[in-house]
Amino acid sequence: MEEVIQDKDLESKEYFINMGPQHPSTHGVLRLVLSLDGEIIRKVEPHLGFIHRSIEKMCEHDVYNQIVHLTDRMDYLSCHINNEAVCLCVEQALQLEIPDRIKVIRTIIGELTRLSSHQLWWGVMGMDLGAITSFLYGFRDREMITDIFEETCGARLTMNYNLPGGLMFDIHPNFQKRTKDFIAHFKKKLPEYDTLLSNNVIFRQRTKGIGYLSKEDAISYGVTGPTARASGFSCDVRKHHPYSGYDKVQFKEILDTEGDCYARYKCRIAEMWESMSIIEQLIDNIPEGPHKVPTKAVIKLPKGEWYQKVETARGEFGVYIISEGQKSPYRLKFRSPGFSNLSALDHMARGCKIADLVAIMSTLDLVIPDIDR
Amino acid sequence: MNWLYDFNYLTRSIHESLAETFEPATVTIVEMALAGLCFMILFALLGLVLVYAERKVSAFFQQRLGPMRVGKWGTAQTLADVIKLLMKEPLINKNADRFLFNLAPYIIMIASFMAMASLPFAKGLQALDFDIGLLYISAVSSLGVIGILLAGWSSDNKYSLIGAMRSGAQIISYELSVGLSLLTIVVLTGSLQLSTIVESQANGWWIFKGHIPAVVAFIIFLIASTAETNRGPFDLAEAESELTAGFHTEYSGLKFAFFFLAEFANMFIVAAIGATVFLGGWMPFHIGGWEGFNNIMDYVPPLFWFFGKVSFLIFMMMWFRWTFPRLRIDQLLTLEWKYLLPVNLMNIVLMAFLSLMGWHF
Amino acid sequence: MDNEGIKKFILDRVPEAECVEGSQFLQVTIPSEKIFPLAGELKSNESTSFDFLFCLTAVDWPDHMQVVYHLKSTAHNHQLALKCKIASRENPEIETVCHIWRTAELHEREAYDLFGIKFLNHPDLRRLLLTDDWEGYPMRKDYDDPINMIEY
Repeated sequence: MEEVIQDKDLESKEYFINMGPQHPSTHGVLRLVLSLDGEIIRKVEPHLGFIHRSIEKMCEHDVYNQIVHLTDRMDYLSCHINNEAVCLCVEQALQLEIPDRIKVIRTIIGELTRLSSHQLWWGVMGMDLGAITSFLYGFRDREMITDIFEETCGARLTMNYNLPGGLMFDIHPNFQKRTKDFIAHFKKKLPEYDTLLSNNVIFRQRTKGIGYLSKEDAISYGVTGPTARASGFSCDVRKHHPYSGYDKVQFKEILDTEGDCYARYKCRIAEMWESMSIIEQLIDNIPEGPHKVPTKAVIKLPKGEWYQKVETARGEFGVYIISEGQKSPYRLKFRSPGFSNLSALDHMARGCKIADLVAIMSTLDLVIPDIDR
Repeated sequence: MNWLYDFNYLTRSIHESLAETFEPATVTIVEMALAGLCFMILFALLGLVLVYAERKVSAFFQQRLGPMRVGKWGTAQTLADVIKLLMKEPLINKNADRFLFNLAPYIIMIASFMAMASLPFAKGLQALDFDIGLLYISAVSSLGVIGILLAGWSSDNKYSLIGAMRSGAQIISYELSVGLSLLTIVVLTGSLQLSTIVESQANGWWIFKGHIPAVVAFIIFLIASTAETNRGPFDLAEAESELTAGFHTEYSGLKFAFFFLAEFANMFIVAAIGATVFLGGWMPFHIGGWEGFNNIMDYVPPLFWFFGKVSFLIFMMMWFRWTFPRLRIDQLLTLEWKYLLPVNLMNIVLMAFLSLMGWHF
Repeated sequence: MDNEGIKKFILDRVPEAECVEGSQFLQVTIPSEKIFPLAGELKSNESTSFDFLFCLTAVDWPDHMQVVYHLKSTAHNHQLALKCKIASRENPEIETVCHIWRTAELHEREAYDLFGIKFLNHPDLRRLLLTDDWEGYPMRKDYDDPINMIEY
């Protein structure tokens, strides 16, 4: 007897797959539960908290100088910018007048951090798409920045340089020379990045038209940073709410309207050029002055609340301090860019293939400790 | 030193010395065992050399040194890796289909062994010289996909399954292009026997003699064969950033080493086929009219020519792998069915026309 | 629209709102029941169009819970800190705004996870950072974990 094959036997069924917490392209311990129809993604559900350290709760028991050191454990690629955010917030509350020297150095350090973060992102993006070579190219150039940071503040990861009221130490005598050397070096190397990835046919095919995010969705999902600017959402904190030395320098806010992976990629590459131009404008014009404004050993903020946003390499990082006049904040909230950016992942990835999801995640540039906090 | 140029002397003398002492049946068995042993040694050596080469080549593409610690310039690194892999615990998933799980790596190994048997390494140095050699080789080399499918199916892991399914779709598609691009040259040679194909290139390699269609066929062969060996940019079956390690996610220790080794063996095999069909196999490089030059070239033993060409092709494949990003599965299939296959079919018709008119050299 | 305008806009709709001129933002405190209509109005009205919710968080005050919405309008570039006072500290409940600003979905899940605030009509209110079987809400001031928390 021939068995009759019914239509329902041939129907494909959705199945689930656990991407992470240990997966090469989630860049950390992010767990995504994918519902798949064959290779096509129907739903992405993020499960967070694998490295949730409850930093916000810890902050409620720490003094402000200690809190600074917790922030670079969140987005370890934008550590200086995160530190700066807390410092700015505390300084704002204390109404401290910060000398220009500190502002300029903070801006240079911040832009170097952004560059090094984008270099790492570029390398990892290539690796996610299967071009492992780009990873080492990215790290080759990042090494120079890491060396500068090592000389400046003594660490290569989880660096601390900013303190409420200024900087820990003055810049190293080599700092200006090495930074200029790096800019000269990287200006030659950045076009190489384009040769290796941006102009590659396969790379373009893999990223163009993938993971589309409209401007309205970007705003609604709270997406910020280069991810949102590629969709046309003008959200650069450095432009809209300038802090440190950003009101003194000329730079463009990179905006694109495509909103796909390739646009996000282009945005970050263009941002690297902008960062270099910002550093070039400032590096020879560091004003003289003290590197620190005297503050009390244990800072007590007055009663009140302050919100400070800065632009990290991933987007808008916010520090929200509610103080009751104690040496520790009553409540401290970190608005991390990765957390909001992640929420748009499901929206962007639906209907794509697994390989596209990897590309989308890479262009979101997620740092998991930043999301989990 | 004659045997270096024509291995018939060597094989005949071995055969004769064996025939003096043993009966014909025993002679056959001993010869088979000898050949088998030779291939096993070759296989092991290939693994050692190619893994080292890949690591060094990739290192140089990435501006680093690669393995440097074990032995001079890290030459013994692969050996150390082999020892490491042998000492690893062979893990099997609780719900895995144990029989198929264990069978899969052997199927892949057997497929590459079988393909290697008919490669003409040098004059007279060929274990199986069928009159359908090329057909046999392309048939056998695609058997490996059964191993990959089994590995993916039996692993009890969805990543493995996706990887295996991708691999199945990919190899079946690209098998067509490999076959057709080889057929383009067969149109010229009129024979599927590998030794005849090599002999027919005594006065020039087909890539030079066959005009543009031969070059087109060679390029298509390079692309398709890279895809057939599951190497980057077509390594979708493994796709470590998507599927962790694809079909061999669950394998460890020796069985993983088999997959690893088979990948390199397959790369060697497709490079050898390419070298044989397009680049004249073990034939030296000749330029018509330049007698002195040709004589010098003749002094280089055929074995060196063969391995030189194969290394060149392998280097090309490594170059691809360490430069390009990976394709997506639908782009991969689009490339084959919408571009390579039609181009290939037109190419073969063009070649047939050229051959008919006698417009090739 | 400047802060005065926003203040008037809100007071027209929620008369009991308390407005404080902060150092950066206009801080408006409203009762929790009013949030959903007001939030919808704040986003959809042309003159305010607060379309960007850049921060959503909760604060555990001694006598009540508070949910803070930091809003920004990308069109008009004005900002607002909207605070909702939830009377019950033990069983706080508030209407979700994740249909208005989709970023709120994850932020509200986080607030539920850490503060135990129930967001009504939230499509998928589960623990986000902590494990599903976690007991208590760690960010509350009275949360006690004798093993993992060190008092100093």
